[in-house]
Amino acid sequence: MTQLQPKPVKFDWLTLMLYYVFVVAGLLCIYASVYKETNPMIYDNSMNYGKQLVWIGISFFVGLMILLIDEKFFYAFAYGLYGIAIVMLISVFALGTEIKGSSSWIRVGGIQFQPAEIAKFATALALSKYLSGYNIQFKERKTQMICAAMILIPMVIILLQNETGSALVFVAFALVLYREGLPGWLLLVGISIGILSVVALLVKPLYIIIVLVILAVSFLLMVRRTMLLIYLTVGIIAFASAYVSSVDYVFENVLQAHQKSRINVLLGKEVDMKGAGYNVQQSKIAIGSGGLLGKGFLEGTQNKFRFVPEQSTDFIFCTIGEEYGFAGSFLFIALYMLLLWRLLFMAERQRYKFNRIYGYSVVSILFFHFTINVGMTLGLMPVIGIPLPYFSYGGSALLSFTVLLFIFIRLDANRMNELTSGAD
Amino acid sequence: MDNKIRQKILFIAFCLVALVYVIRLLQLQIVDDSYFRSAQENVLQEQTIYPARGLIYDRNGELLVYNDAVYDLSVIPIEVKTLDTALFCKVLGISPEQFRYKFEKLKRQKGYAPYKKCIFDRQISIPVYAAFQEHLYDFRGFYVDVRTDRKYAHSNAAHIMGYISEVTDRDIENSNGYYQMGDFKGMSGVERSYEKELGGIKGIKYILVDSKARTQGRYKNGEYDTPSVSGKNINLSLDYKLQALGEELMQNKIGSVVAIEPATGEILAMVSTPSYDPNLFVGRDRGKHYMELLLDPAKPLFNRTIAAPYPPGSIFKILMALTGQQEHVLTPATTYGCSRGYLFVGCHAHGSPLPLRGGIAVSCNSYFCQVYRSVVNNPAYKLREDAYKSFRKHITSFGLGSKLGVDLYGEGSGLVPTSEFYDKIYGRYRWQALTTISLGIGQGELGITPLQMANATAAVANRGYYITPHIVKKIDSKLNPNPDFNKKHWSTIDTSYFQVVIDGMQDVVEHGTAYIAKIPGIEICGKTGTAQNPHGKDHSIFFAFAPKNKPKIAIAVVVENAGFGATYAAPIASLMMEEYLNKKHDTRKALYERMIKADLTHKNTNDTAATKTR
Repeated sequence: MTQLQPKPVKFDWLTLMLYYVFVVAGLLCIYASVYKETNPMIYDNSMNYGKQLVWIGISFFVGLMILLIDEKFFYAFAYGLYGIAIVMLISVFALGTEIKGSSSWIRVGGIQFQPAEIAKFATALALSKYLSGYNIQFKERKTQMICAAMILIPMVIILLQNETGSALVFVAFALVLYREGLPGWLLLVGISIGILSVVALLVKPLYIIIVLVILAVSFLLMVRRTMLLIYLTVGIIAFASAYVSSVDYVFENVLQAHQKSRINVLLGKEVDMKGAGYNVQQSKIAIGSGGLLGKGFLEGTQNKFRFVPEQSTDFIFCTIGEEYGFAGSFLFIALYMLLLWRLLFMAERQRYKFNRIYGYSVVSILFFHFTINVGMTLGLMPVIGIPLPYFSYGGSALLSFTVLLFIFIRLDANRMNELTSGAD
Repeated sequence: MDNKIRQKILFIAFCLVALVYVIRLLQLQIVDDSYFRSAQENVLQEQTIYPARGLIYDRNGELLVYNDAVYDLSVIPIEVKTLDTALFCKVLGISPEQFRYKFEKLKRQKGYAPYKKCIFDRQISIPVYAAFQEHLYDFRGFYVDVRTDRKYAHSNAAHIMGYISEVTDRDIENSNGYYQMGDFKGMSGVERSYEKELGGIKGIKYILVDSKARTQGRYKNGEYDTPSVSGKNINLSLDYKLQALGEELMQNKIGSVVAIEPATGEILAMVSTPSYDPNLFVGRDRGKHYMELLLDPAKPLFNRTIAAPYPPGSIFKILMALTGQQEHVLTPATTYGCSRGYLFVGCHAHGSPLPLRGGIAVSCNSYFCQVYRSVVNNPAYKLREDAYKSFRKHITSFGLGSKLGVDLYGEGSGLVPTSEFYDKIYGRYRWQALTTISLGIGQGELGITPLQMANATAAVANRGYYITPHIVKKIDSKLNPNPDFNKKHWSTIDTSYFQVVIDGMQDVVEHGTAYIAKIPGIEICGKTGTAQNPHGKDHSIFFAFAPKNKPKIAIAVVVENAGFGATYAAPIASLMMEEYLNKKHDTRKALYERMIKADLTHKNTNDTAATKTR
């Protein structure tokens, strides 16, 4: 061993610690959300927390294995893994089992998993490897196209499997590309389009256009006018107006009823206590009833008596909010931010571009999950079924998030000897 | 360097999201407490614990009213998802139209909410209940609740006991949140006036329910629960046997009997006929029966004893005799002659002239017209109206002309006209004794309820005072705490004036107009009354008390349109006094039989009267 791997290895203990804290806290929350006073057994295979316990064991073991693997393995097998992931994604169409309206699951023996989970870190690895390759300049059109393709291929396949949430996660790679040189205005345009879309659904397009024109005119009156600026402004306004109108059109004519309803509920235009609105309303009630300090472990009534659907999976944050209150929720968010900060910090300290890009992928994916999932329980984001990493119940999700994170910890652990061995 | 900035920008973006979420959490968890309340509403279900209603006994401990289990069918509409309507209707024995109608009606009810339990059908029969239990699994969302309803051991004293009924919307509004839809409360009789004692206090049990409304246990181990307080048992002052006899004697007659224990004011019997079986107000057909009784032209729901004003007729002469003496215009020795009447008031044949005692014994009309005249035209008063006011003061001091305050709902005040009343009719200073002479013999505008008559008798029996008549003797085995029921209301007549009047009343029974009422061995003092009225034949009225010394019962009987006071009222009173004092009523079989058989409801004469007016 020493002969093969003589370099000192230094794992980032803070990240590891946060991981274990999250997993244990998550287990407690899952236990609380499936807890029944009549049968308070901790180890019970038929119950979710029992299963989760098994999966945690598996995840810890796999995580340990990853830490023991040579870091070059991931670089070497990045494309291979990506290929396998794509093949698995496609094979879902043939072998898939339908669970809860989504046909994205593969069942092998007694266990079932979503290839989409594997696709996340496989895509992260492949993208990292591609962008860190020799002579690859992100500014080149070809590079950009290939990157886009690498992200979009799994995304589209997953979308076809009716797993919108998982597909949207791939949007997170935009942040990685931003770090690697994607122009900031593109992100801004993306975000602006997002905001415009929401506003277009809330207000009549005509009003938005009027406001935009007023804004543009006052902007032009205030600055030193050049022809270019005028053309640019007019162009932007024209584009925005066209976009706003088309969003309205698409919403009214293309989207299906249940999609419209979900969006309407999110925007507060419709109160639907039976369907999409029920989850969010109950989720807000559960969290809101927590107060400052919460009701205490296993004391959350909303939680115990199943008022929030999908509480152990997508709505696990309700358990935190209800049983630990504002204090617990704040601590949770702070710790999550700490993890994200730490990962950003770690990513920036990498010598290898591959490691850095992978690190950013991890941060982006975790951030995206956090934003959507917590935002959804707070009624700030649409109800998109994606798990809260390390907390939500779900074996294959936990395992894939573990793999995602531990690969980066493994890569980071080698940063010391990169100094000595120089660039490969 | 650019990359470092981008790292920072990204982290700032992360922090912004986190900040937004923290603000949102602040709003949800700290600022807005509506979520906390919603959570409570989600899991907390208030269950009402209904207390057992108090039982009602008579004065001797005879059980009159008790509780019986009934089964109500209730439904939580939101839980009804897959219902085999055809099977459901078959089990319940209703048509699908009725089923739909019931559901529609339910939805229009006040306070309806799909997740709230509400009563679908009341008091289903035991066989239906059994059939339903078998199918309870098929009928998700439906529940059978056990509740208690009143049962009456006897069919007597319906007016006294009253009935309970579902609270109205107005009751709910006025109850400060105590009553809820579907609760029952006393609507008449003792059930109403002692609702607080009989009804007990509802308890509340907080239970936790899950999202499927399944019970998950007590809330905080019942810390916030309030236990229910059972209703108190009540002993009526009523003597059940006397009451039953009274109702038997009064069957097929319209009228009233009120018997009071003079020393205590306790009502021993209170009969108002026609009456009804109180058990009609129990069960599914309660509403139907109620409407039938309400529309009955004989008004069986009307409690005549406390609400119907009658002209008292000659029994009023007793009060005239007392008033005359008090006003010093009459002495026991005063004699008046009678030539079969006084002015336009007629009289029957009897010896003449007569002193006071004799005048009472033969019930001489002209004697008391002259007493009345001397009272109202009393020269001691400058103004007639002052003399009249004084007369009225004496009369009303026996409890006439205003509500006595009996513990029953619906008491009427009767009428003793005021001087202003006559001013209005005749003009001030334009009337005097002769104008209102019929008052002297208990006719004219006088309106006295049977309860007031009995109470006045009790006051005479007590030689000057009465205790507010009441029907409830004991609450929870303790004497009725109402201070009014323990207080002597003294009349304005001096005790010394009573003796001659009472002697006269004894003569009435011994050898006067009511000798038919005589019971060997008991000194009865009574007075007959034959009240003319605009509704037909004279009312037969009698009031009496016995024994003469230390009276134990004072009784007033009114039989509508039955003729002379001695014909029906006196025998009925006599039989009842015998029952109460001697515990038997069959010594005078023929009289008893005659009373029971007499049918004086005048169903046919009413018809002829109707044709006449047409």
